[in-house]
Amino acid sequence: MSNIWILCKKELRSYFVSPIAYGLMAFFALICGYFFYAAVAIFVLRSTDPMMMQRGMPMDINEWVIRPLMMNVSVIGLFMIPMITMRLFAEEKKTGTIELLATSPILDIEIIVGKWLAAVLLYLSILGISAVNLAVVFIYGKPDWKPVLVAYLGLLLQGGCLLAIGSFISNCTKNQIIAGAGTFAVCLLLWVLDWVAAYETTTFGKMISYLSVTGHFENFAKGVIDTKDVVYYLSLSFFGLFLTARSMESLRWRA
Amino acid sequence: MIKVEGLTKRYARNVAVDNISFEVEKGQIVGFLGPNGAGKTTTMRVLTCFLPATDGKAEVAGFDVRSQAMDVKRRVGYLPETPPLYPEMEVREYVEFVGRLKGVPKANLQARVDEVCGRCNVADVKTKLIAKLSKGYRQRVGLASAIIHNPDVLILDEPTAGLDPEQRKETLALIKELAGEHTIILSTHILPEVETICQKVIIISKGKLVATDTMENLNSRLRGSELLEVEVGARTGSINKDSVQSRLSSVAGVSRVEFKDVRNGHLQFHVESQQGESVRAEIARSVVSADWDLLELHGAGLSLEEIFLQLTASDKGAK
Ligand SMILES: Nc1ncnc2c1ncn2[C@@H]1O[C@H](COP(=O)(O)OP(=O)(O)OP(=O)(O)O)[C@@H](O)[C@H]1O
Ligand SMILES: [Mg+2]
Repeated sequence: MSNIWILCKKELRSYFVSPIAYGLMAFFALICGYFFYAAVAIFVLRSTDPMMMQRGMPMDINEWVIRPLMMNVSVIGLFMIPMITMRLFAEEKKTGTIELLATSPILDIEIIVGKWLAAVLLYLSILGISAVNLAVVFIYGKPDWKPVLVAYLGLLLQGGCLLAIGSFISNCTKNQIIAGAGTFAVCLLLWVLDWVAAYETTTFGKMISYLSVTGHFENFAKGVIDTKDVVYYLSLSFFGLFLTARSMESLRWRA
Repeated sequence: MIKVEGLTKRYARNVAVDNISFEVEKGQIVGFLGPNGAGKTTTMRVLTCFLPATDGKAEVAGFDVRSQAMDVKRRVGYLPETPPLYPEMEVREYVEFVGRLKGVPKANLQARVDEVCGRCNVADVKTKLIAKLSKGYRQRVGLASAIIHNPDVLILDEPTAGLDPEQRKETLALIKELAGEHTIILSTHILPEVETICQKVIIISKGKLVATDTMENLNSRLRGSELLEVEVGARTGSINKDSVQSRLSSVAGVSRVEFKDVRNGHLQFHVESQQGESVRAEIARSVVSADWDLLELHGAGLSLEEIFLQLTASDKGAK
């Protein structure tokens, strides 16, 4: 357990002494701010629309601002995850520091979980920036806070499973660029699977849509925790970490 | 302390280490020699549990590298060919990190860090970023972190590569000093180093063990047969190379005569004597009685370097 923490700390530190963490934060702040602005603009436009006013029901800020923002954030995450995970193992393999870790009295799984945990924490701290935007909503409106928490839980779960997959891909190569590009391709694929699902009603179509990462996020964005989604994210995380462990083992055998 | 039996390591197709066996006793310093690509690094990686062996057994500090890897890892300090450093860390921070990884108890971690930094002469750069260190300092930081957990066995892959002569001497002195408490295997290409600090030598070539012996035995082997440099010139007129060679070869006790060079019209030969034979007087007499001039006759000594070249070259010839 303490070994995991030793590695996690080391990894977090190297994220924060390099420009990666700050670059991602700046990127995210910019994009997230833009989407927030867009969502608020639409909300204002619609709510002042006489047609809508006639319905006599105030527009729900959760539905009109927070939900679309969270959906967008979950997609932005797909672009950031490769940047976070690409160096995780590829760099250590390239510089040979993996030799230090692999000859220390710690388990492979402790190395993997420690690194993954650091990636998750970094991801969370980047997501934290979006809280600044939401704070504005809480100051000027009265949104329900429970769906917001659920949405963040969803983002965390989604991030966790993609980061696990990214760790695996980073473990397969010495080249950070390849690791990043590969992870990006997989993230993209898991995203666009959802598009097919919109038109497919066959069993196969449903299966495909079940695999989509963003598809499972929709419920979370609505503030609904569905066990099916939680199970999907958790099992995909375990699967990713398991694959990483296997790859570490097999690389050692083939070396 | 280290026991290797029939160790074989195969990469996809090529055999990097082929059925080698050797033993190292507690407190010894062993030199691990071999030309490039001989399989030294590979053997060390197996001993440190970084790579699994394809076949054979290896025991380090009484534990099997395959089935008791954790116990082995706790007792081994390893300095890989390129020190595994994180450039974004400070020296002190790095050594501390390695200490934690190796399970040094928190209570005496700081004291250990100070101690090994002092021992490896990196105390003055403790707060420097590793990225900004010179190659020699990096090597020493690597060594410092390899001994942080006071391991029973130290495995050093070319610990003096890239050091200046002064630092090399210091590092060797340090390694020698460490030998009392630790058992050390070090690989190197610099043979005089081995001669000065090692008690035992293991020579491999192309994955095969070609010699394993104590330094004393090797030394007596060196003294046993003598290598002489002989320079012969004509007293009058010219001199025939072949006739000199055959005359030298016919001297009793000579095992091999090799023509080297012509200098100022004089012929130079390398003459190797058989085990335990002294042939200098006979050679002198034989040259002079043939009415040639004997211009030089001195021992060239059979150094470890030559033994090394002979052993690894004869292996090449056999293939
Ligand atoms: N990861 C690897 N994959 C495939 N072959 C390898 C690998 N590492 C080493 N080899 C091969 O194994 C053989 C032994 O290599 P090794 O690195 O052990 O030699 P060495 O004795 O350390 O050489 P040097 O003195 O140059 O360091 C070489 O033929 C090399 O090509
Ligand atoms: Mg080597």
